Amino acid sequence: MKDATLAAVTAGAKLGDVVALVAGQGAQDAADAAAEIVGVSKVLLADDAAYGHALAENVAPLIADLMSGYDAFVAPATTTGKNIAPRVAALLDVMQISEVLSVESADTFTRPIYAGNAIATVKSSDAKKVLTIRGTAFEKAAAEGGSASVETISSSGDKGLSSFVGSEIAKSERPELTSAKIIVSGGRALQNSENFHALIEPLADKLGAGVGASRAAVDAGYVSNDYQVGQTGKIVAPEVYIAVGISGAIQHLAGMKDSKTIIAINKDEDAPIFQVADIGLVGDLYKIVPELTEKL
Amino acid sequence: MDGGSGELHDRVDQMKVMVPVKRVLDYNVKPRVKADGTGVDLANVKMSMNPFDEIAVEEAIRLKEKGVATEIVVVSIGEQKAQESLRTALAMGADRAILIVAEDKVEPLGVAKLLAKVAEAEAPGLVILGKQAIDDDNNQTGQMLGALLGWGQGTFASKVEVSGDSVEVTREVDGGLETVKLNTPAIVTTDLRLNEPRYASLPNIMKAKSKPLEQKTPADYGIDVTPRLTMVKVEEPDKRQAGVKVADVDELIGKLKTLGVVASAFWSGSNTTMRR
Repeated sequence: MKDATLAAVTAGAKLGDVVALVAGQGAQDAADAAAEIVGVSKVLLADDAAYGHALAENVAPLIADLMSGYDAFVAPATTTGKNIAPRVAALLDVMQISEVLSVESADTFTRPIYAGNAIATVKSSDAKKVLTIRGTAFEKAAAEGGSASVETISSSGDKGLSSFVGSEIAKSERPELTSAKIIVSGGRALQNSENFHALIEPLADKLGAGVGASRAAVDAGYVSNDYQVGQTGKIVAPEVYIAVGISGAIQHLAGMKDSKTIIAINKDEDAPIFQVADIGLVGDLYKIVPELTEKL
Repeated sequence: MDGGSGELHDRVDQMKVMVPVKRVLDYNVKPRVKADGTGVDLANVKMSMNPFDEIAVEEAIRLKEKGVATEIVVVSIGEQKAQESLRTALAMGADRAILIVAEDKVEPLGVAKLLAKVAEAEAPGLVILGKQAIDDDNNQTGQMLGALLGWGQGTFASKVEVSGDSVEVTREVDGGLETVKLNTPAIVTTDLRLNEPRYASLPNIMKAKSKPLEQKTPADYGIDVTPRLTMVKVEEPDKRQAGVKVADVDELIGKLKTLGVVASAFWSGSNTTMRR
């Protein structure tokens, strides 16, 4: 079970009794696993080829139809949740509350705006709530220990609007950025693609870390856009974020400042990155990084 | 494009692309929370087109350059100043613009309802939107529009390929890429890797001034845009504690050990034993 799903169960439990929906193809095992999550009182299983690839066009109507019996729909703010939930909200004619950080009451929630540079408290007047949950903001429910019943529900069928063609899940051994526990990121000070790969990647691999980059490094072509951490890139909150040769532009800080521990290595002692770093080391990254990699 | 039936051919030849754009605080400006907690201060700060919407405009222009799209209509919902973002889109290469004037904030649900009305009138083959606006970070409008119109959606797109009466969209999903095929008309929302938006040239900026920009109101479409959410307050996030500087790599490693949590991560050699 994904961490983000377990966090969504915790968030849902703050609103009331939690029923889990498993929509998929050949999803009995997933339903059985969901039944073991502590805090889940019942599991609904919709098993149909139409749900095999979580196509929003098919899954959203299933959820919207079910909602006559529920007060809130809670999804993790994963790419799957973010794809489906707003479609559900529109079908129900309610305003979704995205990336919820806390449940203040049955109708009041906090959420980040401006890439986390501000936190908004919003109160919903809609009868039913549709929420996506930021996984890093809630404790994970225990994945085992529960014993909910699994009830099979009927499929609402394939709406015939879309089909799955294929997927290409990154072959990298490295953890994916938004779920990585440790991230090593490089900035413009790496100077070129060769240095980026030669210095950042070995350190990341030593730590079992994901690899990120500042917008400056991406714009300069050292790595591709999917590495980008920042306001217009990926928003990350790992346990440890190591910023190497990153000055700390506003738009980068917006994407990583919720990391638990931030370590900065930079030759400019006045770099803004040091204002958010828990541990800073001023010096030449070309000496520091290889030494750190070796000594770890 | 040319192999289909006459009817299909005509339809493809006439494919219109609709691109909604939003004017937001420029991404390089640090947002400042107002002292009274009512929001972020937007007085006298640089505003720009939402970066994801620029990517959407660029993609539409590329479809036109490839001969796939024939006309690009850009739409914005907001105050009069949103004309600036529409003019930017026109200068990049869009053909005409519609501004639905709303001086108060319109939520994604209201925006999607207005866009659905515009789409019904304009009958585009594709609506390309930014995946989210960098002010409210909702990431909802495209998906809501898909639901309201009953169209398929390719969200977080890094590649868009139109062929005949369908479009293949490669999507950035957690951990990699996924490709879906949608019947057109369809919704596409853009992610960062889709393209790199062009800058408008000076002659094109001048030319854009004479391109058509039509003004409407939500009432013209019979849509109630009353907000469903009340903004109770807006606050600064918790400030991070001031950190420490270390002198060298050995001291850095020492600090990591003292931190405990970090040390367990570091010395386990993997991320599976980390806890906090």
